[in-house]
Amino acid sequence: MDTFSESLGTALRLILSADPELSDIVLLSLRVSLAAVLFAALLGLPGGAALGVGRFPGRQAIIVVLNGLMGLPPVVVGLLVYLLLSRAGPLGDYGLLFTPSAMVIAQTVLITPIIAALSRQTIEDAWGEYEEQLRSLGASPGRAALTLLWDTRFSLMIALLAGFGRAAAEVGAVLIVGGNIAGVTRVMTTTIALETSKGDLPLALALGFILVGLIIAVNAAAQLTRQWALRHYG
Amino acid sequence: MKETGIKVRVIAQGTGQALDTGRRGDADVVFVHDKAKEEQFVADGFGIGRRDVMYNDFVLIGPKADPAKVAGGKDITEALKKISAAKAPFVSRGDKSGTHSAELRLWKEGGIDIEQAKGPWYKDTGSGMGPALNTAASLNAYILADRGTWLSFKNRRDLVVVVEGDERLFNQYGVILVNPAKHRHVKKELGQQFIDWVVSPEGQKAIADYKIDGQQLFFPNARP
Repeated sequence: MDTFSESLGTALRLILSADPELSDIVLLSLRVSLAAVLFAALLGLPGGAALGVGRFPGRQAIIVVLNGLMGLPPVVVGLLVYLLLSRAGPLGDYGLLFTPSAMVIAQTVLITPIIAALSRQTIEDAWGEYEEQLRSLGASPGRAALTLLWDTRFSLMIALLAGFGRAAAEVGAVLIVGGNIAGVTRVMTTTIALETSKGDLPLALALGFILVGLIIAVNAAAQLTRQWALRHYG
Repeated sequence: MKETGIKVRVIAQGTGQALDTGRRGDADVVFVHDKAKEEQFVADGFGIGRRDVMYNDFVLIGPKADPAKVAGGKDITEALKKISAAKAPFVSRGDKSGTHSAELRLWKEGGIDIEQAKGPWYKDTGSGMGPALNTAASLNAYILADRGTWLSFKNRRDLVVVVEGDERLFNQYGVILVNPAKHRHVKKELGQQFIDWVVSPEGQKAIADYKIDGQQLFFPNARP
């Protein structure tokens, strides 16, 4: 019990003191994971919509694989991206390993299947409901997919939030491709792992509380945006 | 680094992993502690100009209760023999790090074939020094650690230093430039400049001045 109250106290102190090193780490966590959500959305939403609306041979198999890839182990993604970006790997010349860009790439790979799979389900359900209507209006499948993406945008937010949660919470991939370099690639989860390895468990737990609070804050912001938008444009 | 203006980006890895990172060309300089593996790394053409930098020592850590009765001894191999005879819990890094290499070498010097002798008492954790110490702390197990990590480690619980001061516990650190002939991306001038600084009187003094709770962690021993 002591550890927990001590950690809560430490977490509060850290937040109130606005420690510049910690704020940099928090900001980098946010920047990397939000960038990954952006890229994953650009890939995953159209992909999910195409799968939700399209009918073609092999579609069921693709859906099964896509749903399965929601369980991609972060450490495996980290390893794959590491081998690609390493100087000895195919993309080594770009010198991206151990940079925030490498972390964005790894997290994008990790969460694109999550966003694609969840949006596929949403779009497919909406397609079942509006297919006749859209067809009678003469909408092509592509046009229909776009319309449904727009119409279900508030439901799709949960897919983006699921992706963000996964990205912000994972440590396996960013540790391998980022290297946890102080001031360069150190994010919340790698800091927590580092403090744990130094045996400073109360500080590690305090940082954990802050990370969970941060993820909840992002979700709250999304919820408020959604309500505001529903009131004005719903 | 204000002395040279070089921005050093440190990636903390065990020696085995660090040498592998160098071998792939993903680092410019490796700063490690396993002389045999370092010399192999240079012999294989992956690194050039290895220099001794500093040393500290390994310490045998164990629970205060000391079930294998080794505390206070100076003979590390004798202590390991007692631990294996008593089948007292022992945590191994098991990750090809410098400390893991040293542990394996010490079992061998004590005439123990650890592959044969190991049982449920020998926990091969495959983890870094800190996580392995956390495991040892919760299992009340013995563990070989480098003194630097031990001094900065906070979650000690019932663990204390039980054996220290044996000359076989000497732990030499070396620095190597990754061979630019193998990897053209290597920042050879900056890397060499960093190495030159680390082994210079100023760099050596900076190492000697680094203390945690008033205790010096490393002892500079670069030869000019």
